[in-house]
Amino acid sequence: MTPLTPVITEHWDVPDLFTLDGYRRKGGYRALPKALAMDPDAIIGMVKETGLRGRGGAGFPTGLKWSFVPQNDGKPHYLVVNADESEPGACKDVPIMIANPHALIEGVIIASYAIRASHAFIYIRGEVPQAIRRVATAVREAEQAGLIGDNISGSGFSLRVTVHSGAGAYICGEETALLNSLEGLRGQPRLKPPFPATHGLYSLPTVVNNVETITNVPWIINNGVDWFRQFGTEKSPGFKVFAVSGHVERPGIYEAPLGITMGELLEYAGGVRGGGPVKFWLPGGSSVPMLTADYLDTPLTYEAMVEAGSMLGTGTPMVFNNTISVVKSVTRWLEFYKHESCGKCTPCREGTYWITGLLEKFEAGHGTDPDMDLLNEVCGHIMGRSFCALGDAAATPFPAAVKYFRDEFQTATTVPVDVSFPPSAGYVFEGVAAR
Amino acid sequence: MTVAPQAPAGVELTDPNSVIVTVDGIAVRVPKGALVIRVAEMMGIEIPRFCDHPLLDPVAACRMCLVEIEGQPKPQPACAIPVTDGMVIRTQRTSEVAQVAQEGVMEFLLLNHPLDCPICDKGGECPLQNQAMSAGSGVSRFDLKKRTFPKPISISAQVLLDRERCVSCARCTRFADEIAGDPMIELLERGAKQQVGVGPDEPFDSYYSGNTIQICPVGALTSADYRFRARPFDLVSTPTTCEHCASGCSLRTDVRRGVITRRLAWDDPQVNEEWNCDKGRFAFRYTTEGRVDSPLVRDGGELRPASWPEALDRAARGLAEARGRVGVLTGGRLTREDAYAYAKFARVVLGTDDIDFRTRVASDEEADFLAAHVAGKPMGPTYADLDAAPVVLLVGLEPEDESPIVLLRLRKAARKSGTSVVSISPVRTRGIDKMNAQWWACRAGDEASVLRRIGQGEDTHLLEQLRSDGAVILVGERMAAVPGALSQVAALAADAGARLGWVPRRAGERGAADTGALAGLLPGGRPITNAQARAEVAQVWGVDPNSLPEGPGMTTQGMVNEVLADHGRAESDQARRFGALLVAGLQLADDPRADDLRKALDEIPFLVALSTHHNEVTAAADVVFPVAVVAEKAGSFTDWEGRTKAFSAAIHGAQTSTDGRVLAMVADTMGVSFGTGDVSALRSELDTLGSWPGARPEFAPRDAAEAADLTLATWRLLLDDAALQEGEPHLAATARPTEALMSATTAQEHGLGQARSVVISTDRGSVELPLRLAEVAAGTVWVPMHSEGSDVLSLGAAHGSRVRVSGGAV
Repeated sequence: MTPLTPVITEHWDVPDLFTLDGYRRKGGYRALPKALAMDPDAIIGMVKETGLRGRGGAGFPTGLKWSFVPQNDGKPHYLVVNADESEPGACKDVPIMIANPHALIEGVIIASYAIRASHAFIYIRGEVPQAIRRVATAVREAEQAGLIGDNISGSGFSLRVTVHSGAGAYICGEETALLNSLEGLRGQPRLKPPFPATHGLYSLPTVVNNVETITNVPWIINNGVDWFRQFGTEKSPGFKVFAVSGHVERPGIYEAPLGITMGELLEYAGGVRGGGPVKFWLPGGSSVPMLTADYLDTPLTYEAMVEAGSMLGTGTPMVFNNTISVVKSVTRWLEFYKHESCGKCTPCREGTYWITGLLEKFEAGHGTDPDMDLLNEVCGHIMGRSFCALGDAAATPFPAAVKYFRDEFQTATTVPVDVSFPPSAGYVFEGVAAR
Repeated sequence: MTVAPQAPAGVELTDPNSVIVTVDGIAVRVPKGALVIRVAEMMGIEIPRFCDHPLLDPVAACRMCLVEIEGQPKPQPACAIPVTDGMVIRTQRTSEVAQVAQEGVMEFLLLNHPLDCPICDKGGECPLQNQAMSAGSGVSRFDLKKRTFPKPISISAQVLLDRERCVSCARCTRFADEIAGDPMIELLERGAKQQVGVGPDEPFDSYYSGNTIQICPVGALTSADYRFRARPFDLVSTPTTCEHCASGCSLRTDVRRGVITRRLAWDDPQVNEEWNCDKGRFAFRYTTEGRVDSPLVRDGGELRPASWPEALDRAARGLAEARGRVGVLTGGRLTREDAYAYAKFARVVLGTDDIDFRTRVASDEEADFLAAHVAGKPMGPTYADLDAAPVVLLVGLEPEDESPIVLLRLRKAARKSGTSVVSISPVRTRGIDKMNAQWWACRAGDEASVLRRIGQGEDTHLLEQLRSDGAVILVGERMAAVPGALSQVAALAADAGARLGWVPRRAGERGAADTGALAGLLPGGRPITNAQARAEVAQVWGVDPNSLPEGPGMTTQGMVNEVLADHGRAESDQARRFGALLVAGLQLADDPRADDLRKALDEIPFLVALSTHHNEVTAAADVVFPVAVVAEKAGSFTDWEGRTKAFSAAIHGAQTSTDGRVLAMVADTMGVSFGTGDVSALRSELDTLGSWPGARPEFAPRDAAEAADLTLATWRLLLDDAALQEGEPHLAATARPTEALMSATTAQEHGLGQARSVVISTDRGSVELPLRLAEVAAGTVWVPMHSEGSDVLSLGAAHGSRVRVSGGAV
């Protein structure tokens, strides 16, 4: 069985890890002087060699992204950390920021140095004040310790870090919408190209990275490329903070090399809650297609998940047992996407409205056979035609669900979902049913 | 664009600025970087679209224009993809992927659309309707409940928003933000609830708001004025030229059963592109209200309706008696042809050079400036020159109020071409910020000395810019009020080699100067004092050159002075310097000497008025002839560039005559040969005359005067108390507030630090206005010239005049 490899999460049991002292005691801020002694391009080269891929969902190679920023162009550059974790089922960036905000900040300083940014922004989802407080406090501590500010440790490198709170829009996790929001504009995605690497924040060269991606950086600097590549696979190197949720005995954070299987993670998490089989599961948030128990032995890597017809996404698996109606789950997700659709493009704005309406018919037991085909077709009209990935995400759940569970939708043409799947049976927490 | 396959022998087909792309199997060579949708358009292939607008930045929001591009896994929005060499594009005509994608988007767009076409203003000319037919399916599969909103809400007094019809294309918000620089509307909420909106108590009071109604591809934005008035297919449309200012906009006037129901901006890429201002769009009700509908003659002290022969006879006798002693005031609103008719009538029929189109703030310096630098000069600088200019210096000109399309073009030049704009102005206006202009704060009345200092190199960077190729200086009408200002402008332009443009406010002023409706000037800028010039004109007019007055005659100022001096000067009419006045449509209140003008009209023994409307002039006249408004006649206007734009009558069969025709009838009655006076005859005479290539009179520079300690800065706001805005309450409601502006320091110095209102007074009277502290040059108080409650002209004051201020009662 693949062993767990706590790296980022190694010292999360230290009660004061979130403070500068706590982090330092556990080896924190040792990568920074090393990095500041390196040539920025060498850092970019090193990150490139590790093959580190973005942990925000798309899995774009991080070093490559950094290298797209035009160097020595005389313009200010920006690093923007995407900490707007809002995907249903995703809960790994928020724990990182709460448990070990300084690791993120150390990564931010090193990454900013590498891409020659003198100002970094951390855009944190507005609904998690705990994380915002922790990161803001940590930034203050780092400033007081001279780790952020002018001429850091005499290196000649200066950096300001701004912590920014979002205002409750899922779309602002989309990198260009996030940039708009940071600029004080309406949170809607921008036309690409030009890409943020050349025309990002305030139309200047910008790198937008996920929290977990950036948090990897200090360990890479400390331990080197070979150390990093010993974890994971050729195309998905490294370790991953997996956040397992749903019907498992011990939901939570499990850090393991990429390539571990869902079956293994399930075992670490104590198996399916209450025994029974896995009905369906999603590797990384509601935006990736669901899989069934048939795929529990498929490695959790970017490439294997695509081959299985899904995606690794944020690497935050959700597990569902037989008490759960797939119709209802899909309906809830679509209600989320409908609510969060920014309204900019037609397919997403109108498509989510339509799909949700159709799914609600099924939930009430009023669906029809033609509605199933229509749903597939409407999803097809969104997929690949919306302005940004939110539309694609919204078009994802239904086709996968109906592929594996068509009969359940069939039943929902006559029987309301709450009759086929009494809600009380699915409650995760004991005692809730009794109420 | 050329079709690529074979180049004719000797033709090089490797222009580095072009690429070859294939659209629907046809290879074409097109400019590098052109958008796919534009390339298709050039080829005659129509890709459906909503958010795309050629003058707005691409947004790719509606997704209607999806096409297949080889090598791309997903269909791409044609409106946002620049072509690259070798690109293979398949539109809905040849690609099932594109066709299916477009049908899908169209079905989406109609989901939440109310389909209330039978009661929608847009029905019949609606891109959504049209494209639903061409790119959609006949039946909707959506059987759920639509998202609804209460029917229209006002986003301004004249723009109504029907949110359920909106397809969120963001054309209106992008127009407001990019083109007009008035980002007062924005998309609010999200998802299907997304809607256009305004801030609380911050309506969409942009001077350009009406354009959003026109570019809305559905019926979401409608005009309070036009709503439910007509169906597009009941309208008779005529291309026209706007009569409201000297911007020269092409418009389309839509008439239903002989009445104008609306006006739209029409496409003139060289002038107004596809935009116009709200005054041009909405102010047309004047055409129906308060019209003079028959000739009138004074009988026993009272005006009464008369037949045409009777009125013509009275006018002919009165004018013949006073021949040689008749003054002609034409106003600045005549078409070029009508202004010319007055110019010719004065010289040929009345034997006088006492003619002036200026019943406004004016000066002899201005008349000389016009004769030397404007009248009959070839076109230019032009709008395109503004685009290309490294710098545009504005002197006493607030384009947003005085020539709104100049503002749009300067904003575009500043945004897209990097033109730097410098404005010598007493107030830092919103318009200045929209042009990203440098504000050169200048106390009203100090313009001449500021210009002199610029010429002497006070700002070396600016002087250098003015000396570079393509630099433009634009000077506004109010500089006539500042002694020496026009002299200094002309000197600076000459020294720096910059092009000089004069931007009057009224549509007919440039044409009047060009056609000789100004003392001292014959048509084409010919000096009347020049025998050769007189001979040329006499030949075209078919008269003896010696019969023409040798001038120079009197301007409005001189005529008024003389008429007033005539009072008590002589017992008999024969001994008076002026025996009669011939006055065209003008407003006495536009002149700072309105009171003197009124007295002069009372004093003059015989007054003939040609007027569209009843007004102070007709009330004082002995004979009144009704004439056609612009919409009822053909003609042309010459805009500030010197570009002449002809138009035909929008209201067909109107029973009204042009000024030119009426003058011809009067001439006939007097037995003087004048010609038919119809538009085509006058036009062909003007064409024959052309412009004067000979020497122009030297423009003798005037000295600058010392500005007073506290001076008045003033110009007319775009929307004010003007006669042509009669009957337009919705338009009037979007006017800017009537208020006085001062800098905090100047207010303090005059004991107005805490004042909420200010009384501005001259020896003639005073006005009281709310006071707002703003960025205003020291020693100046700004007030709107002619807005409701702020008729500063009645104070006998003009821009740069000395005024007194004191705290108001409020």
